[in-house]
Amino acid sequence: MELTISIILGFMIIGAIYALHAKDLLSAVMAMGIVGYGLVICFLLLKAPDLAIVQIVVETITLVIMVAVVLDSTREELAITLDRRAILQMIAGFIVFAGLFYFFILAIEHLDPLGAHTLRMSETYVNGAVELTGSVNLVTGVLFDFRAYDTLGEAVILYTAALGVLTLLRIKGKK
Amino acid sequence: MEGMSTIVKRVTPLLAGLIFLYGIYIILHGHLTPGGGFAGGAIIAGAFILLILAFGSSALNLKKEVAGSSNTESIALLMVVVLALMALLFGTKVFFFNYLPKGEPGELLSAGVIPLYNIFIGIEVAGAILTIFLALVIFKEESSK
Amino acid sequence: MTVYILCFVLFLVGLYGLITRRNLIKIAISLSIMEFSIFLMLVLIGYIDNGLMPIVDPGLSAQVYVDPLPQAMVLTAIVIGLATTAMLMAIAIRLYRKYKTFDIREMKNLRG
Repeated sequence: MELTISIILGFMIIGAIYALHAKDLLSAVMAMGIVGYGLVICFLLLKAPDLAIVQIVVETITLVIMVAVVLDSTREELAITLDRRAILQMIAGFIVFAGLFYFFILAIEHLDPLGAHTLRMSETYVNGAVELTGSVNLVTGVLFDFRAYDTLGEAVILYTAALGVLTLLRIKGKK
Repeated sequence: MEGMSTIVKRVTPLLAGLIFLYGIYIILHGHLTPGGGFAGGAIIAGAFILLILAFGSSALNLKKEVAGSSNTESIALLMVVVLALMALLFGTKVFFFNYLPKGEPGELLSAGVIPLYNIFIGIEVAGAILTIFLALVIFKEESSK
Repeated sequence: MTVYILCFVLFLVGLYGLITRRNLIKIAISLSIMEFSIFLMLVLIGYIDNGLMPIVDPGLSAQVYVDPLPQAMVLTAIVIGLATTAMLMAIAIRLYRKYKTFDIREMKNLRG
């Protein structure tokens, strides 16, 4: 299991690096699709079919929106110039990366190894959940009963984003 | 935005109907099988987006459509809050309490209010995604004039 | 442990794109990549070997299920990710109409 997911993650990393370095914006957006659809396969392998359904639909809609925007404007990537500012940014970035990586290595010492998770937090969500919520699908039970406030907040965020897009695109800008 | 070729225009209505039906199935069985309001809502929005891409935006009145989808979304979100508030009237007075009878686990009509939440969240997600897409299409139409 | 480190490498690739690219579309892509790596990390933490997918069969007695809590949290986060990406795209196309470029440094110079 660990090997399979590592191989898929390797492909996702290659796709991500290509997406950041592509000369054509359309092929960059398509290369982002590699990352998204690779994530779908990982979710299926990790026994999360709910997430796989949502991710495959959401990724398709995201790609449609991004391709529409790219085709509507320009497909050319800017010429990357290595001036002093860009080099400084890169050096600062790599120092930050090294620091983050060091702290991450320290942090995963305390994490359970893959596949040996102990249900410390969610024991009450699994044991007796069917009697409490009546829902056979445990994810739906958590989503709409135990943690319904999160779902309400999520719905409000989606509503606000739709209103924000309407506001941004429907007002006339000043010349 | 122009529509696509005749072949696409003939095939798309058949496919879009099936995709719409699949989205409704995913929403209604959200408490029994994988899926639920979020997945089903996104699938329904995908069916509408497929129709708009195939037939082009000249085939419909965009201003009316965006007003309709925006209103639907608002009403669905309001219904979620009303369903949650109704829990304050019945049984244990707790916000988001599951006050309807639970029924037999595994049946289609079970789990109390969870299927109702699923339906309204599905409508809300579908409306929001469709509103965003239609706003982008209207912006493209107006700027290309 | 390898999976966790590869997951973090994917996050770092996104962060690298975020601080070195100047194109608005590339910045949106970098943000999406960072989001994806964090979703995968959360689901990986909740995975249990030989665990069933979190759908209870009422006929069967006690079984080991994969942790449903991270899955429910990631489910909402995916839809929020779609909303933020769409919002970024709306901002990008609006700025392109005004400045005729996706370059954030050019926009800073052309301010007004």
